[in-house]
Amino acid sequence: MNGSRTLREPERLIFERSSQGRVGYQLPALEVPPVDPSATLPAALLRGEIEGMPEVSEVDVVRHFTRLSKWNYSVDEGLYPLGSCTMKYNPRINEELARLAGIAQLHPLQPEDQVQGALALMWELEQALVAVTGMPKVTLQPAAGAHGELAGMLMIRKALMDRGEHRKLVLIPDSAHGTNPASAVFAGFETVEIASTAQGTLDLAVLARHLDGGDVAALMVTVPNTLGVFEPEIVKTAGLLHEKGAYLYMDGANLNSFVGIAYPGKMGADALHINLHKTFSTPHGGGGPGAGPVAVSQALVSYLPVPTVEKVGGRYTLSYDRPKSIGKVRGFYGNFGMLVRALAYIRSLGRDGLKSMSEGAVLNANYIRKRLEGDYHLQYDGPSLHEVVFDDTFQAASGVKNVDIAKRLLDYGFHPPTMSFPLIVHGALMIEPTESDGIDELDAFIAAMKTIAVEAKENPELVKGAPYTTPVARLDEVRAARQPVLRWQRTKS
Amino acid sequence: MHRYLAGEDDRRKMLDAVGCASVEELLASIPQEVRCGALDLPPAASEEEVRRQFWAYAIANSAPECFASFLGAGVYRHIAPAVADAMLQRGEFFTAYTPYQPEVSQGTLQAVFEFQTFVCQLTQLDVANASLYDGATAVVEAVMMAARVLPKRRRVVVAGAFHPDWSAVLDTYCEPMGLAITRVGWGADGRVDGGELAGALGNDVCAVVVQSPNFLGVVEDLSTLGPAIAGSGALGVHAVAEATSLGLLAPGGRFGFDVVCGEMQAFGLPAAFGGPLLGFFATKQAHVRQMPGRLVGETLDSSGRRGFVLTLSTREQHIRRAKATSNICTNHGLMALAATIVLSLLGRKGVRDVALASHATAEYLKAGVRDQGSGARARLAFPQSPTYNEFLVLHDDPDVLLARLKAEGILGGVSTTRFGDSWPKGLLVAATERNTREECNRLLDALRRLG
Repeated sequence: MNGSRTLREPERLIFERSSQGRVGYQLPALEVPPVDPSATLPAALLRGEIEGMPEVSEVDVVRHFTRLSKWNYSVDEGLYPLGSCTMKYNPRINEELARLAGIAQLHPLQPEDQVQGALALMWELEQALVAVTGMPKVTLQPAAGAHGELAGMLMIRKALMDRGEHRKLVLIPDSAHGTNPASAVFAGFETVEIASTAQGTLDLAVLARHLDGGDVAALMVTVPNTLGVFEPEIVKTAGLLHEKGAYLYMDGANLNSFVGIAYPGKMGADALHINLHKTFSTPHGGGGPGAGPVAVSQALVSYLPVPTVEKVGGRYTLSYDRPKSIGKVRGFYGNFGMLVRALAYIRSLGRDGLKSMSEGAVLNANYIRKRLEGDYHLQYDGPSLHEVVFDDTFQAASGVKNVDIAKRLLDYGFHPPTMSFPLIVHGALMIEPTESDGIDELDAFIAAMKTIAVEAKENPELVKGAPYTTPVARLDEVRAARQPVLRWQRTKS
Repeated sequence: MHRYLAGEDDRRKMLDAVGCASVEELLASIPQEVRCGALDLPPAASEEEVRRQFWAYAIANSAPECFASFLGAGVYRHIAPAVADAMLQRGEFFTAYTPYQPEVSQGTLQAVFEFQTFVCQLTQLDVANASLYDGATAVVEAVMMAARVLPKRRRVVVAGAFHPDWSAVLDTYCEPMGLAITRVGWGADGRVDGGELAGALGNDVCAVVVQSPNFLGVVEDLSTLGPAIAGSGALGVHAVAEATSLGLLAPGGRFGFDVVCGEMQAFGLPAAFGGPLLGFFATKQAHVRQMPGRLVGETLDSSGRRGFVLTLSTREQHIRRAKATSNICTNHGLMALAATIVLSLLGRKGVRDVALASHATAEYLKAGVRDQGSGARARLAFPQSPTYNEFLVLHDDPDVLLARLKAEGILGGVSTTRFGDSWPKGLLVAATERNTREECNRLLDALRRLG
């Protein structure tokens, strides 16, 4: 951090900047007669000005949010190797295109003849995702990865009910994202956690044993898994499931590692969600919005959520004609603004660029792995694809934990890796560099990690006290949870 | 090499370091039987070529900006201050992720804390989360929370004119959870049928959902509904599709509703063909541990300075997994930031001004339609009922009417026919502070001639 005052001094809450009589807006002059609401609306239902809302000028607002922005680390600033999140470069052209008036301002309930361009764009994106996955059809509706999981699991449930089966169980490896079990439960299933092999991959013997029970609806599995390792027996796994009438749900969070290299369709996936905010560059936005289209196998096509975009003759239409559909999963048709950005990215990179993207992601992760494997412990040493999961075993002797390493990385100007996930690796440091950076940025990160490894040995207290250079030091999360303060109130100021 | 990727030299050096001749060697763990050939996609395109393609999509649409637009029904066209998008386009905001590392995410965290505060102020409830996907899924989350709070009660009541899309989404989610839905209709005034509601309540009902203003634009009497619902032991859910209404109308929080939730797009977000929108969710302190979604809380750093962190995460999927209060992970953070900026600009006075101007414009339109008489082909559905900024104009052929209006440069509203046969046939007409008197007069004149 530099010496700028706005980076050193805390920025008050917008409510604390309030000064009576300031305004940050001006409405167009009201040309219609003003209305006294007590004459048009029941008095008991009216409210006055809202106590505590700020009174600030436009300049105040610009300063406030500009200062806040400077307290964030971002992809635009540097490597953001958050494992499983695929924090790649977010192209600016995508932002420009998503803001075209003919795109950003479209109302979802305009008649179809007025939105043919939007529907064509959605159709083209669907075709592109079909091309990428080798699966027959895609819904663009889910708003995020977890939402896609839920949609996929609801389709599986509906398909089973159609066969007159009420299977209850969904198998989920112990290395899975937490959204997998949560989504399965909200789709009406019970989950069974299955232990991974010593290599951290699916254990087919365990799988077969569960399948023999006859009550298994599906397996949810991430490919490559959360260790960044390809599931070597995925085709056989799909075969075992299908043989027993169960389905394969594939979590596409790690799709960035094999676009143009392999087809989930050939792996036997019945449903696969695609995080457009990971693989296809739509910005993460400080916590969304994302988009989680789901590709399905022929077995699930009838159950896709409505509406689907169809091309009839030369026209595009939103079709609700899907009698076996699970129904609607959200308002309107999907996070359209994110769909625009994803298609722009696919068009920009094209056929060969997308493959090169995945190759770059795999190479960058393997380079980091190679350079750091003497400095950090690697519990599972299977071949890495786009991410590598180290842990703090080497540092534990001096009492330095993964969280300390993460905080010290902040002092060296990098966002830390994902911490303490997957759960099967104790003290995990999950590094996913993506394809966006060249060797120089990776080398700088590697140098920081190596320095921290030395510091952990020679001066562990230094690491344990980090960070020293951020706008705030380590924050008391226990206090936040024990005495929750979740909003500003005047009495406190 | 492509402009979004590193160069040949980078790759050669890294391949040397890992001891491989090609990336293909690093991909050896992916079996041949799942490999694909060249993707069936066009080759790479320059920025200019991509821009050309997307302009073609854009001009194949009819942008409401080029018309007098009265579209609403869940998505509204209010003022969009330039400051909001300028701030949103700062890479520090839009290229960051969920603030897992609070020391380098104070900007996002503080903004979410401010968003939570605004939502509490608007709803008159104690706690609000960091956002949900949209209004439809916000109502779903409210119902799911009610079912956790009252696990023995397995029925949900949806009272009055409820957004049909939101209703369809609720069906999708309730069925696998074993929650039955009872729908209560509306009376001649467009409001919840009180007698029917009284009959639907019971000790097996966990949630009662009331949209106000409702889907037909009518303002429900929350002051009587709230206590009646609370008295039945169910959780009251006030669903809001037009968030600017909260600048003028008292929220469910004042009348004993346990949850006020819905769609906040109206505070300055573009319509974006229906997404991304902005779900919001507020409830009472008593339910905080059953809430869905992320929460930001205030705390102190090791030297006593105020800071903000994600908190009460033991409710969430990454900790609680199968027992989480929701499966949501990525939410709509950037949209929440946009609304926070717009709410800051509007502030205490502006939130009310926007609501008053929208209401006055709609009242002007309503008066114009009323003047055409109750025998006119286009006439008010509920001439005596209170409305905020949207109302239903009955018409026997609204789709043809819409097409004729469009030919005159007017997007006259949303036809109820697109939601099926159960709705009175007509146009939902919405007005905001952006509709000029001239636009309103054009619509009224056209209705008179074409109606």
